[in-house]
Amino acid sequence: MRILVKLFAQYREGRFKTEYKEYPEETTPQIIIDALHLEEVSPLGVLMVNGKHVEASYPLQEGDSIALFPKVGGG
Amino acid sequence: MADLIYRVNMTNLSFKIEEVPEEWLGLGGRALTSTIVAKEVDPECHPLGPNNKLVFAPGLLSGTSASNSGRNSCGAKSPLTGGIKESNVGGTSAGIMSKLGVKALIIEGLPKNEEMFYQLHVTKNNVEFIEVPELVGLDNYAVLDAMAAKYDKKVAVMSIGRVGEMRMNLANISVKDPSGKLRSHGRGGLGAVMGSKKIKCITVDAENYKEVTIADPEKFKEASKIFTKALQENPISGEGLPAFGTNVLVNILNEAGGLPTRNFRAGNWEFAENICGETMAENIKARGGKTTHGCHAGCVIQCSQVYNDKDGNYLTSGFEYETIWALGANFGIKDLDLIAKIDGLMDDLGVDSIETSVTLGLAVDAGILAYGDGEKAYELLSKDLPNGTPIGRIIGSGTHILGKLYGLVRVPTVKGQGIPAYEPRAVKGQGITYATTPMGADHTAGYAVATNILNSGGYVDPLKKEGQVELARNLQIATAAVDSTGMCIFVAFPALDDPKCLPALVDMINARFGCNLSIDDVVNLGKTILKREHEFNIKAGLGKADDRLPEFMKYETLPPHNVVWDFSGEEIDEFWNF
Repeated sequence: MRILVKLFAQYREGRFKTEYKEYPEETTPQIIIDALHLEEVSPLGVLMVNGKHVEASYPLQEGDSIALFPKVGGG
Repeated sequence: MADLIYRVNMTNLSFKIEEVPEEWLGLGGRALTSTIVAKEVDPECHPLGPNNKLVFAPGLLSGTSASNSGRNSCGAKSPLTGGIKESNVGGTSAGIMSKLGVKALIIEGLPKNEEMFYQLHVTKNNVEFIEVPELVGLDNYAVLDAMAAKYDKKVAVMSIGRVGEMRMNLANISVKDPSGKLRSHGRGGLGAVMGSKKIKCITVDAENYKEVTIADPEKFKEASKIFTKALQENPISGEGLPAFGTNVLVNILNEAGGLPTRNFRAGNWEFAENICGETMAENIKARGGKTTHGCHAGCVIQCSQVYNDKDGNYLTSGFEYETIWALGANFGIKDLDLIAKIDGLMDDLGVDSIETSVTLGLAVDAGILAYGDGEKAYELLSKDLPNGTPIGRIIGSGTHILGKLYGLVRVPTVKGQGIPAYEPRAVKGQGITYATTPMGADHTAGYAVATNILNSGGYVDPLKKEGQVELARNLQIATAAVDSTGMCIFVAFPALDDPKCLPALVDMINARFGCNLSIDDVVNLGKTILKREHEFNIKAGLGKADDRLPEFMKYETLPPHNVVWDFSGEEIDEFWNF
């Protein structure tokens, strides 16, 4: 299935900003996070699918957009 | 020697020193300014009249070696909201005032001579009143230059520009930072109060101070070490904030559908990438600015930055998410450099970069400016506003009054103050803070974004009502306490997630004053202060109907999540049940 993967902050370094990627059925956000070795850079802060916060075990569907942020803050 | 209260009367240009009353001994920062305003200012007074008072108070830990303790609070009745105001700032004033032993500077009355502006020069046990006709009509950087020529270069300076002289609601009080740039007591029109008292600038002597006394230096050192470590090891305060500044929030709010766009018509913006923190960090790297920079001495977070143009010339520093959002998504400027140029201009003019920029967003609906026309906005702000032309004064009145003058309904304000950077319909906990904080729409008063969006201090779903009132209440209580210590609000990130952080902060207060406060005592201080501020507002005529978001948010659906503001009045009022 086709998923739009968006990376932010430190996760972009040496990777990409946004890319469409093909994944097998039943791929979860955790599988994508692991495949991209994101948590080796910085612990995961926020995970959203289609603009909503979800768990890393969320069942992704064809056409979903996943956004991955390390721990960030401001205000 | 014990700290003292410095009291200035502008009516007869007199000054006296007072002992600190016992009930103020354990107070600092916001706790002290709000307590003094609540006790001494008639809530029904005109904010620009003789009975308002302008109060400055450094935090309890300001002037010590504690990391991130350099915030100074300023309080008064606000001309923008009509309620109590506290606005705190980095820069050098808190540390220097504390080291001089100034617990609070209270300025009251109005001068009889309406033509003259004054400089107040605060030294150990004295305040000089200096007539400064030569500074009238100048903006902040020219005032800083004049003071640098007159005193030691470390002298603390708090000043207003022309907009403050004209007592407009946008006016802030600007404070010199360690690199000679500006920080602001931004919100609520405190610069107009200073202008009404005919004070162009306040300087604080940095040559003859003594280090603050610490009751138990060993204990202080130990607690300070733990506290600093907690700030440095937290991924947000130790890594994210220094690398990208607060502007890292553009993408995350955009993604969550909580980035107010086109004067609060939508929750995301197709050009977010142009203005986001990642783009900003790339530009800084390529152009030789600074990604890390502290707004006050002793800051270990360094969320500020120096942002240069393509040729490497300085444009601005302290370039914050809220300003970038307001000029970007909300007003429509797609060019980060132009946003930076306007941000730098607003520093020099001494205007609140949030209120000013939210007003520009509304000015599009009013037909004054085209969406995204940054050049025209620059011209309006650089020419009309500081020269006080009729349109300049209309903009200078802020979002709420502009809305009234142009018969607009989609006016994003609470208690007359412009709503910043986080869409209440899509970040509902933040909406409760905007509705209830005695300060008017103020994101820093109880930053529910942390728990709604950033997974700090747990998680409460931003799109649902459940848990938001309690979240906003707890955060506002904690913030009122933190604002009293002189600490930067970003210590909240480690405090929310690291169990060692808060006890270390309380231990530092105990070691500084030789007292024995518990965490509960500090939380109770937050509750007391919040209630004191609320009570002042009620007496000033701000009731339950003012604890509400603008009505359009109840019936205009916000894309992309297609949400409305769905709290009843009774549900909001539950906030005050503590």
